[in-house]
Amino acid sequence: MANIRIIRRRIRSVQNSAKITKAMQMIAASKMRRAQQLTLAGRPYSEKMRDVLADLAAQPADAEEVHPLLRHRDVKRIEVIHITPDRGLCGGLNSNLNRTTGRFILEQNVPVSVVTVGRKGRDFMVRFGREVRAVFTDLGDRPRVADILPIARLAIDDYTSGYADQVLITYADFVTTAVQRPVMQKLLPVEPASLPPGQATGYIYEPRSLEVLDALLPRFVEMQLYHALLESIASEHSARMVAMRAATDNALDMIDSLTLMLNKARQESITRELLDIVGGAAALEG
Amino acid sequence: MPTMQLEIVTAERLVYSDQVNGVVAPGIEGDLGILPHHAPLLTTLQAGELRIMKEGQPDTYMAISSGFLEVMANRVVVLADTAERADEIDEARAQEAVHRTQEQLEHRAADVDLERAVASMRRAQTRLKVVRRRQRPPTTG
Repeated sequence: MANIRIIRRRIRSVQNSAKITKAMQMIAASKMRRAQQLTLAGRPYSEKMRDVLADLAAQPADAEEVHPLLRHRDVKRIEVIHITPDRGLCGGLNSNLNRTTGRFILEQNVPVSVVTVGRKGRDFMVRFGREVRAVFTDLGDRPRVADILPIARLAIDDYTSGYADQVLITYADFVTTAVQRPVMQKLLPVEPASLPPGQATGYIYEPRSLEVLDALLPRFVEMQLYHALLESIASEHSARMVAMRAATDNALDMIDSLTLMLNKARQESITRELLDIVGGAAALEG
Repeated sequence: MPTMQLEIVTAERLVYSDQVNGVVAPGIEGDLGILPHHAPLLTTLQAGELRIMKEGQPDTYMAISSGFLEVMANRVVVLADTAERADEIDEARAQEAVHRTQEQLEHRAADVDLERAVASMRRAQTRLKVVRRRQRPPTTG
């Protein structure tokens, strides 16, 4: 019967989809683990850097000698570095990120420039009709620090040249495997954590503290960007893993209900054939 | 012999963590040696060779590019941009980098940033130095 053939074909097609989503789920799971390891591996560096910076900032400094990257200015233009995955099929992650940045842009009463990292964010900004200052894509799943240096360079240059008076980053913060939160964080001017009074270590600085600060601040910016990128990669893969698991489950449910339909249709056709035979026999006897 | 904790970290990983007896690091104003119970210190480092001294073991050398060194409470933390042990360095590549930058410096092409060329030359030379040290074990002394 035609109906049965159609259902069979449909089951096969859903089975194929389930195989693909299952494979994607498993790949995403292993990539997520690797991304998490990378994030953890970088943690000692970033914690140490934050401590050192806090101590440096607590140093008594001359008022005029505030480092350019620490100096607050009146905000006449904001730059947002919008970090998204390159690919989709990861649930609501991309739209959540795009909505966060999009809403932020609409709420500001000063011009906002956007730098996109990742293809999905660029596509959104282009569709949205925003001018994009710079686009970075294809950073891969295992970025090196060297990969984000151009982004950091751009942010620092834009800030010091006076093009933008504040630089923010949007990225997906990896909270748990099931939860990724889009966050916006201030990148520039750098805001060092403040030490509780009396906690300063009193290092001997070599050469002077200002020169150490000069070398440290750009690296702090790079480190924050690198960290945001790693978080966003871990988020991407975990979001994809969860989305693909749901897709696989749905496909399996669908196969179950299609199989039930198939069996019913088959049963029905058998019953109908039996009735035909019985009816035919009865007619002969009669 | 007194010891101190030495940690070498980069943004990508923890490279080294152990109890050591002494460190010689390429400080921005010249090499500096640090022994256990040093006063708190924070300094910038330049590309160079980092020497780790451990009792009863031959010295370990690492090639680092610029970074920071912090001493606090008998703990030395090196925040390096990159840090490589001798066995992680590709000698041929380092050699090639030396040649390339040398050529750039000699020809003084207009588009070459002198400062950057010198810096990358220094990094490549450090790598070579560290690799070769391993191949020719240093004479004791």
